[in-house]
Amino acid sequence: MTIATTNVSTVEEMERVNQMIARRHKINSVIRYVLLIVVGFVMLYPLIWLIGASFKTNSEIFSNPGFWPKEPTISGYVKGWQTSTPYTFGHFFWNTFLIILPKTVGTCISATLVAYGFARFEFPMKKVFFSLLIATLLLPNVVTRIPQYLLFRDMGWLDTFLPLWVPSALAGDAFFTFMLVQFLRGIPRDMEEAARVDGANSLQTLWYIVTPLLAPALISVALFQFMWTMNDFLGPLIYLSSVDKFPVSLALKLSIDTTEAFDWNQILAMSVLAITPALVVFFVAQKYFIEGISSGGVKG
Amino acid sequence: MAHLQLKKLVKRYPNGFEAVHGIDLDVQDGEFMVLVGPSGCAKSTTLRMVAGLETVTGGEIRIGNQVVNTLAPGRRGIAMVFQNYALYPHMKVKNNLSFGLRLAGRPKDEIEAATAEVADILEIGQLLERLPKELSGGQAQRVALGRALIKKPEVFLFDEPLSNLDAKLRASMRVRITDLHRRLKEEGRPATVIYVTHDQTEAMTMGDRICVMKEGHIMQVADPVTLYDKPDNAFVAGFIGTPEMNLMPAELSIAGAHTLKVGSQTISLDASLSARIKSTGDVSKVTFGIRPQHFHLVENGTPDTLTGEVSALEFMGHEVYLHVNVEGNSLIVVVPGEEYDPSKVRGSKVTLKVNEARAHVFDRESGKNISLT
Repeated sequence: MTIATTNVSTVEEMERVNQMIARRHKINSVIRYVLLIVVGFVMLYPLIWLIGASFKTNSEIFSNPGFWPKEPTISGYVKGWQTSTPYTFGHFFWNTFLIILPKTVGTCISATLVAYGFARFEFPMKKVFFSLLIATLLLPNVVTRIPQYLLFRDMGWLDTFLPLWVPSALAGDAFFTFMLVQFLRGIPRDMEEAARVDGANSLQTLWYIVTPLLAPALISVALFQFMWTMNDFLGPLIYLSSVDKFPVSLALKLSIDTTEAFDWNQILAMSVLAITPALVVFFVAQKYFIEGISSGGVKG
Repeated sequence: MAHLQLKKLVKRYPNGFEAVHGIDLDVQDGEFMVLVGPSGCAKSTTLRMVAGLETVTGGEIRIGNQVVNTLAPGRRGIAMVFQNYALYPHMKVKNNLSFGLRLAGRPKDEIEAATAEVADILEIGQLLERLPKELSGGQAQRVALGRALIKKPEVFLFDEPLSNLDAKLRASMRVRITDLHRRLKEEGRPATVIYVTHDQTEAMTMGDRICVMKEGHIMQVADPVTLYDKPDNAFVAGFIGTPEMNLMPAELSIAGAHTLKVGSQTISLDASLSARIKSTGDVSKVTFGIRPQHFHLVENGTPDTLTGEVSALEFMGHEVYLHVNVEGNSLIVVVPGEEYDPSKVRGSKVTLKVNEARAHVFDRESGKNISLT
């Protein structure tokens, strides 16, 4: 009997302790989430305001500081889409797409090839070449603008999309090559050696074995290139002069230039559209993106 | 015919370090050859040169009648099993197995039949649809083995394939691999095997012949029994056997009766050892080698014995390990459990009689065995 009573009290004691731990855990997570939500809201507020304001009338934007429109209207979207040029905003999106697609695909292919070479093969002057690659990383962009401009002018590439994507598609972005080299260095070579014993040549090894292992890093590369190109303003500004070739980033500026009284709601509406692709792509690929930048150089 | 020959094989790295110093090795068709040695003895480098994963600096590698020095790994008729399996992590087991065949562009039904056959042999049929990360160590090792087997290569290369497994699995995989080798031989398609390990138990139990290496040199190539009973040199003697052979500096005198002086103790040798010794000088510095099992504990005062002090005693049940200090040399003496007589360990002193028929004498300078028949 004594044993039974001891057991009962022990069980009660254990339950009490467990409940206490569970309660403390709950309080802890409530505090954590409240804090995160508050900070997150502060960070996101400009974006939320932007979306709200794009549905306001032009006059309400300045009279109502809150983000919720009193009389929601989509006129900003409708008029903004028409633009003050002969082209709709769709045309400018298409232009952006024409730059981004070859640039992103080209970057992935060329950076992989170059990184594979640096990470896996021995060749004369390898260290010198790699140092040069890293050196271009440290060079400020501004320094190369003018020589590059002169070069592309002499090639007759002004007012075309070529200067905007060809350098990147030829592994011109040292950052991506470097990132992939670091990622590759973290992947053990055994699998590639096994593939060679299985009869694969270097390119087959790259395609069947290395590229799948590189996938998380490649997704990061594609995502970065996509977002940076989407947001690039200076490049198109320098090289493109005809309005029909403008990408979204220039077109947004265009609506500020040409309208006498700025239609802020149109500008804001088009800004919302302009950031949408980047946001969508980021959320879709988020999981791989984080894997790609966090595991680079640490493990395979 | 997959007769494999290494002729004066040299590996020198770009920084000038020479890892392999012109080794010669003949592996017969269908033979199971084990390369064994301590880490850094270049056994893996040698294997990787045979595989074509390392370039050859000098010498020749022949598989069959063909020199393969510059041939790509895939064209050498070899298959290799790696230490950490090296399975392709993004492919299912069946695709891991068939990768080589698919690259070679073999017809689909042939690939399927080959995969099924290998899966059957290695009992991995139920794993075919899994990814490598869903396999246990032993299963992954079997898949790696299957990937080698499916190519029906002339030469199998194993690079420490069992060192990542736990002791129990290692023992069962050991049997599985030797079994497989025997089966292939019986089926009339013998496979030549080169198996690299640092574990001498694996070497002794698996190899038809064993090649003991040290710092890029071959120390001895022989079958397990010869290696154990007639080591060519002090290194092989010390490397093969558990616990390892006792090696102690001694002075050999062959003027008149053969005597051996260990520190201040002298034993005169009987015919079983003295008849074997080939020595040029009258007195020479040698290394005296006796396996721990080849001592007898005897009464104090028996002539021609070594006396020492017991520093530690390990009771293992079926046998007893005595750590004995003889003239500054720490020896291990193994006494069978039933023969162990505590009365012969007086205080901490023991008297040891050497089984001279099983003892060896090595030249101290060159390490060569001068007591081989």
